[in-house]
Amino acid sequence: MTAPPDDCLARNEWICGEYLSTRRHILLDAVLQHLQLTAVSVLIGLALALPLAVLARRWGWAAAPVLAGTTILYTIPSLAMFSLLLPVYGLSAGLVVAGLVLYSLTLLVRNILAGLRAVPEETRQAARGMGYGPIRLLLAVELPLALPAAMAGLRIAMVSAISLVTVGAIVGHGGLGNLIYAGMNTYFKAQVLTASVLCVVIAIAADLLLLAVQRLLTPWTRAARA
Amino acid sequence: MNTLTDAWDWLADSAHWAGEEGIGHRLLEHLVLTVVCLAVSCLIALPVALVLGHLGKGGALAVNISNIGRAVPTFAVLVLLLLTPVGRWGEGPTVVALVLFAVPPLLTNAYVGMREVDRDIVRAARGMGMTGPQVLVRVELPLALPMVLNGVRIAAVQLVATATIAALAGGGGLGRIITAGFNLASTPQVVAGAVLVAGFALVVEAVFEVAERLAPRWARGTR
Repeated sequence: MTAPPDDCLARNEWICGEYLSTRRHILLDAVLQHLQLTAVSVLIGLALALPLAVLARRWGWAAAPVLAGTTILYTIPSLAMFSLLLPVYGLSAGLVVAGLVLYSLTLLVRNILAGLRAVPEETRQAARGMGYGPIRLLLAVELPLALPAAMAGLRIAMVSAISLVTVGAIVGHGGLGNLIYAGMNTYFKAQVLTASVLCVVIAIAADLLLLAVQRLLTPWTRAARA
Repeated sequence: MNTLTDAWDWLADSAHWAGEEGIGHRLLEHLVLTVVCLAVSCLIALPVALVLGHLGKGGALAVNISNIGRAVPTFAVLVLLLLTPVGRWGEGPTVVALVLFAVPPLLTNAYVGMREVDRDIVRAARGMGMTGPQVLVRVELPLALPMVLNGVRIAAVQLVATATIAALAGGGGLGRIITAGFNLASTPQVVAGAVLVAGFALVVEAVFEVAERLAPRWARGTR
């Protein structure tokens, strides 16, 4: 009979190198699922938020209902949001994506609209005076000027989504949240801590990446500050 | 639409309202958790934020703490707390997590509110011979109040959401109806629980909205 191994896994320690080396594939799969769910949700959110914000800007009367609707969506706690979508999507990844899309929609619409509204009227008139049509005005003048505010919203939406994916563990599609959920039920300390730290690391990395993209896309804001 | 009528039937069944696991008790738990933790968080965060804002120190920390709070998953913190010694005191992990997630918005909003007070007004108050504490209480605090209250509102909504997720880690509150529904594979119960939680969150938001409308003009936000 062999003696039980006396490593950090057997002792159930918080920090465990053994865990990292033996469960590398599980961790990698969870991280990939986490990134996939986040990226798909935020991209769909962006694709929906942009036209909504532009419409709300064009027709003033549409702004109030759009903002009120998205605020109400944002007030609903994540667990309840996922549960409300259960009859529509069942226990699928689609449910988590749909829930996250609704949250990022709120943050993105608000920020893009604020950015569009902050475009100075003189700038708009100057562009019109130069013969810009409404579409060209939007694409070449208004959207670029709204970019810093939109990117700020995108960063908040991305970081929030990365943190909220974990709640998707309730339907088995929570990326690293699945590992946390399983670790909670088995009191597996190393798994819970490793997955939690990875979540935060992913969030910070995504935030820094978007910050770098923003600096590349809006060189003029740097020049103005210097 | 069938699920909705099933969920309605589940809610209308009086057997689901009574007892330790009943809706009535869960609703009370949720309300007590939210109110008590909001009070505790305000007691911790507001004095610190107001004094820091008055002195103009620690700004980077006060502003960034909200961003950090957003990056840390609520669920992960709840489970981590559950596995530490705190986990042995019943609602301990829930209360600690709720306070941890309510403090950042309170701190950031109160600090920013204090710093946004017009510096000329502060200088005028000093010129009239007001002491530091007098400036803080009589001049800066009233002017910063809309931002401070906005922070309280954000914190309250955050508390309701966190208390719901606490059910995943064994905490009490309305979220328990949802998790129990998942365990029973009862979609009507899950949806009914979700409707209750969403309704609760919207009522909390509405209370603040009404309070803001009724408040005197100077205490209102300019949103």
